[in-house]
Amino acid sequence: MAARTNGVPSNFDVRLVQVKPSKGRYAENLAQAGNIFEQIVAEKTPDLIVFPEGAMTGYFLEGAVYDLARSAPVFAGDLVRAWREGAGDREVELASGFYENDDGTYYNSALYVRVGRKDHEILHVHRKMFLPTYGVFDEARFLSRGRRLQTFETRIGRVAMLICEDVWHAIMPTIAAIKGARVLIVPSAAPGRGIEGESELTSITRWREILRTTASEHGVYVLYAGLTGFEGGKGMTGSSSIIDPRGVVTVEAPEFGECVVSGTIDLREADLARATLPLLGDLNAVLPDLLLDEELPLPKGRPS
Amino acid sequence: MIAVVRASHTGLLAPPGINSEIATRWLVAFLQDELIVRRGITRAVIGLSGGVDSAVTAYLCARALGPENVYAIRMPYKTSSPASLADAQLVIDALGVRARTIEITAAVDGYLQFEPDADARRRGNVMARTRMVVLFDQSAKLDALPVGTGNKTERLLGYFTWHADDTPPVNPIGDLFKTQVWELARYLGVPQVLIDKAPSADLEADQTDEGDLGITYARADAILAQLLLGYSDLQLIERGFDAHDVALVRRRVDSTHWKRHLPTTAMLTNTAINEFYLRPVDY
Repeated sequence: MAARTNGVPSNFDVRLVQVKPSKGRYAENLAQAGNIFEQIVAEKTPDLIVFPEGAMTGYFLEGAVYDLARSAPVFAGDLVRAWREGAGDREVELASGFYENDDGTYYNSALYVRVGRKDHEILHVHRKMFLPTYGVFDEARFLSRGRRLQTFETRIGRVAMLICEDVWHAIMPTIAAIKGARVLIVPSAAPGRGIEGESELTSITRWREILRTTASEHGVYVLYAGLTGFEGGKGMTGSSSIIDPRGVVTVEAPEFGECVVSGTIDLREADLARATLPLLGDLNAVLPDLLLDEELPLPKGRPS
Repeated sequence: MIAVVRASHTGLLAPPGINSEIATRWLVAFLQDELIVRRGITRAVIGLSGGVDSAVTAYLCARALGPENVYAIRMPYKTSSPASLADAQLVIDALGVRARTIEITAAVDGYLQFEPDADARRRGNVMARTRMVVLFDQSAKLDALPVGTGNKTERLLGYFTWHADDTPPVNPIGDLFKTQVWELARYLGVPQVLIDKAPSADLEADQTDEGDLGITYARADAILAQLLLGYSDLQLIERGFDAHDVALVRRRVDSTHWKRHLPTTAMLTNTAINEFYLRPVDY
């Protein structure tokens, strides 16, 4: 019997799929996802499977994003079809990055879909809010930014999705945690750089520091799914990982190579971590004073 | 009296470091991905000069593809130093790569006989471009991808022949400064004589890169690493760099900016390639 918190299950199996998609070959990458699903369920059907940012297209698309973006319902249908091909009528929840076409407005988005035996339901679409547009990055040239950070209920509890740079801004996981998230899903595509480190690229170290700090500050699980492989000389750093609410990396994939990261999360750990280090509770108490500070560049009153 | 711990900027005067193990892992993966995964090509062809850059490239390609899939082409001109040929042979023997020597004298002189007054710079450019003619033809013959050997320092200083040294479609060492290439060479086991000798374009007797450039690679790399981060000349001088060196490096970078770009094309429509029609190279 699954462990329970307040009468609901607290123990969940999760898989992170670290892939190198063929650039621009959407159907081919979905078919490959189907193969991966088949491999995963041959061992055990997990509660949740997470794919990285741009998992079915590649990350650096420039103008090709307009060819490859899909509406959320279409992408959900395609992803679920791949699931059915690999896993039949099993139930699961799936999260994946994708480029979204919302009636001609384009986003870098992450989809979360509940897959039933016969049906499926989109539980949430998060649109990336922080679009890196500096140095090697050029997202805002081609994409619009998301406007809301929401949390949502899933089989594994209340979740928020933060895409890549979203999680580099401490205020994002902070707000997600205040809004009740106990699991942060982070689909990412991180081009590696920095060759003066001890044992790995410095950008990989930096990412891990951010994710561990995020997890331990708020007492949340972080599920980080990273792309791998090279895109035009820019190598994605993989390193897909599960980080527990105390900031401990419980499993981490290597930088290179496609793989499935397998692990469990136990939401009781989040409760215990928050009891030991009650930073989130403290923040809830202080937050009004911080946000009502008139020196902050916040709009007065709600936007109409 | 309580102790004072002061910040220090002295490390800035040294050229940037490199963790060669990390860099090698990354570059081998890069070569495998670019050649085998993306292009389905299992072989590389490299112009092996006897210098450290092409040697490091050959070592990386041998690791990534296996030495039997690496074709090292030596392309001497009649004035090339015999030592260069011998040093290249050390690499060929150490790695067990496939090798061939194709003399370019007849091809180069076939043209230059009509231009007897061509100075050293022009003659050097003709040689460099002839080598690329050979390398790309060998690529077609061998079904092998030309792999570039230009380092970041020479790219930034414009110390290369445009559309010659920079033409191969992939380059593993183009984001490494020369001093980092030396460090990587030591790690990879490149024969010591190639690391110790003064780098040279080998176009004339007693020519050296550092003589041509007017600055050592160590000093140039230290300045370049800071300059690329956006520091002004004045800030660099305040940090302890020599004003003459800073000016020299800045002038070379600025005056050769165009060499690091594709040709400038007049834009006439809103579908101009690489201006409006934007697709990544691997699309």
